[in-house]
Amino acid sequence: MTDRQAAIVGIHEYPLRVAPGVSGMQIKVASIRAALDDAGLSWSDVDALYDAGDGEAGGGLQLAQYLGVHPTIIDTTNVGGSSFEFHAAHALQAIAAGKCKVAVLSYGATSASRRMAIGTGRLGGGGANWRMNMEMPYGSTLISNYAMVKQRHMYEYGTTTEQLAGISMATRRHAMNNPEAVKAMTDLEFVGVNDITEQNVLSSRIVADPLHLLECCMISDGGGAVIIAGADVARNCAKNPVWIIGTGEAVGYVDNGSDITTSAAAQSGPIAFGEAGITPDDIDIAMIYDSFSITVAVCLEDLGFCAKGEAGDFVAGGRLAYDNDAAKLAINTDGGGLSSNHPGMRGIFLLIEAARQLRGESHSQVEGAKLAVAHGNGGMLASIHTGGTVILAKD
Amino acid sequence: MANRPQPQFPEPNTEAYWEGVKEGELRYQQCNSCGEIVFYPRQHCPACLSDDLAWKASKGDGTVYTFSVIRQNRMPGFAELGAYSVAYVDLDEGFRMLSSIVGVEDPTKDIHIGQRVAVEFEEQDEGEYPIPVFRPVG
Ligand SMILES: [Zn+2]
Repeated sequence: MTDRQAAIVGIHEYPLRVAPGVSGMQIKVASIRAALDDAGLSWSDVDALYDAGDGEAGGGLQLAQYLGVHPTIIDTTNVGGSSFEFHAAHALQAIAAGKCKVAVLSYGATSASRRMAIGTGRLGGGGANWRMNMEMPYGSTLISNYAMVKQRHMYEYGTTTEQLAGISMATRRHAMNNPEAVKAMTDLEFVGVNDITEQNVLSSRIVADPLHLLECCMISDGGGAVIIAGADVARNCAKNPVWIIGTGEAVGYVDNGSDITTSAAAQSGPIAFGEAGITPDDIDIAMIYDSFSITVAVCLEDLGFCAKGEAGDFVAGGRLAYDNDAAKLAINTDGGGLSSNHPGMRGIFLLIEAARQLRGESHSQVEGAKLAVAHGNGGMLASIHTGGTVILAKD
Repeated sequence: MANRPQPQFPEPNTEAYWEGVKEGELRYQQCNSCGEIVFYPRQHCPACLSDDLAWKASKGDGTVYTFSVIRQNRMPGFAELGAYSVAYVDLDEGFRMLSSIVGVEDPTKDIHIGQRVAVEFEEQDEGEYPIPVFRPVG
């Protein structure tokens, strides 16, 4: 097991999912302030800045100026929604190498207020580009991209929408325990702010076959911050440290003859578990990037929680809820991107909720949770995507 | 449907591919050093990094690997369409491409994985490049 060299010591999730009149950068600052308070650290302690650049904020360069800091580590890795898992991995490495002591990760975006059609707009921007030249003519959307993975998964393994609905059901149950998630669904005018059934998922409209609306994440405003500190700092913080004990990174992409039902998690997972010296069986809590139902299904398989092709049975009926002792695993206990918070890059919330669980602070607390995995999936599962796996341990 | 976005140039990797499309040819590449089939087009072989690649013309016959039918797209050129498909098609020569399956009555019912399809070059209302799409055969 990796020596306990760095820990999450401060967390904050911006409470609103509809925040008109607030900028993404302002959300970052508010979140950083609250996360430092949570850690019992101050602004002058910060010496490393990690930022994914969400478009509004322009990345670490502009953020440093806006914040008014001169960090000794500046990391602007942007690999989509999993960027923050990559940042956590890099912060651990930088702290272990003695390059910094207190790292700040932050995120802020106002995708709902700006009416961004993240899932249903055409992919890619303007201008000549190698890949866009081959894909733009076909009008592929983000949702259709993930839908193609679900289609193939159903074909290969007999997976059904009835089964995968279990992911939406468990996640919604957790959201109903989380007042901020309830407010999010209310503010975003969800049709029903209540527990959902298999039938609700099946009868929700199809956005891109075979993905139904209730299998797709929301588009919200929001953000948050995570403070990661070295062991000497972490031992003296206000809250119990949540140790980062293993990390893994990977990229996955479609290729001639490749299997798109297998994701980058098949590489990043074993690296992270190996580094942590544990197996998926040891994990109590899994925060898996739920952009869509199929993302969770594929990543659960690739991380080794069940065999390839068996995620349907593994999640069916809402099995992976926090209070189902028989399942020995709970997912996305904050309500996930499906039912709590998804401004576009939700990776930071995976770290935040995993830390809450290991501190005993979740609204859907798993009693005695000691080990958690946060797995971010960024980009597009059926074409180019990233996997960032972070294993976290209770003090 | 004949108002799809056009490829944009200069873009040196894909120029020869799109010139081929204009001539009614679906082109792919093969590495002269290691034999790797290369697609999307580029100037190196991803298997061995050689820059000695040959252009070849595909017969345009393939199989649907997976697909989705898009019910909602807010972008111009697609927003006003009814349901339309995107698909990965595995060409018989061994390369996979993103495309669309056309010529079916109801894309939500008439497309399936494993279906045999053949390329056709769809003329566009605007722009000089037709777009390669696939139609079920047999
Ligand atoms: Zn080669």
